[in-house]
Amino acid sequence: MLLGPSLGVSAILFSLGVAGVLLRRNAIVIFMCIELMLNAVNLSFVALAQQLGREGQVIVFFVMAVAAAEAAVGLAIMIAIYRHKSSVNVKEINLLRG
Amino acid sequence: MSGTEAVFWFFAAVAIISAFLCITRRSPVASALWLVSTLFALAAIFVLLDAHFIAAIQVLVYAGAIMVLFLFVIMLLNLGRAGPTDMLGWAGRLVMFAVGALLVVELWVLVRIVPAEELQLPTGAMVQLTEQEGAVRVISEPLFRGFLVPFEITSILLLAAIVGAVVLAKRKL
Repeated sequence: MLLGPSLGVSAILFSLGVAGVLLRRNAIVIFMCIELMLNAVNLSFVALAQQLGREGQVIVFFVMAVAAAEAAVGLAIMIAIYRHKSSVNVKEINLLRG
Repeated sequence: MSGTEAVFWFFAAVAIISAFLCITRRSPVASALWLVSTLFALAAIFVLLDAHFIAAIQVLVYAGAIMVLFLFVIMLLNLGRAGPTDMLGWAGRLVMFAVGALLVVELWVLVRIVPAEELQLPTGAMVQLTEQEGAVRVISEPLFRGFLVPFEITSILLLAAIVGAVVLAKRKL
């Protein structure tokens, strides 16, 4: 059975995604790390679906749809920010800082 | 170790190493390409876990559409060159990898999860279901019966995302 190993791989990938979000300042790379985390969760859904029924796979389908919407809107925001700041470095995006 | 397990561990190693390279490469394009490699390895693992349709749309939607969108924006904003590094300093890196390692230790309890006996399907049930109904029907049957309302809400969400992306990226309305 691959359930335990799959959940372990999922845990490692999720932690790498979190480390990436904390480590990087390039907003586009941060977005890619978020995609990495979503994929890690998808892996655990699919692994559990093998044992508990196909509904887990349907949830993965929804996660992918939401990830696609999130990527489209997020990247549009990146373009809008780049137009104002000429940079996507999150250090320089501090308009809301007091 | 059986053949399936050997293949699983090979693709697991590919996924983890690519993910590590994805978060450490300086150039965003290199990061994106390593992420594509991770996504392909995950698609292979999905096949091993009897999720054939999910594996197919992982390649089509994630590795195809979403990553092309990322690369397109990187090229559009002309960020492809490896500039000065955007990572934190050495102290910050050590702290962040410590946080990541701590998270792995915390999540490691998942590895020992055993689903309750009465919830578990008999061994090979998903394979049998896929053989009976076909890979697409395994998903579409619950999707269009039990999950019909979430499915329709997703379509509205995607419409809102399309409109939102156009509005945000447009120079002047």
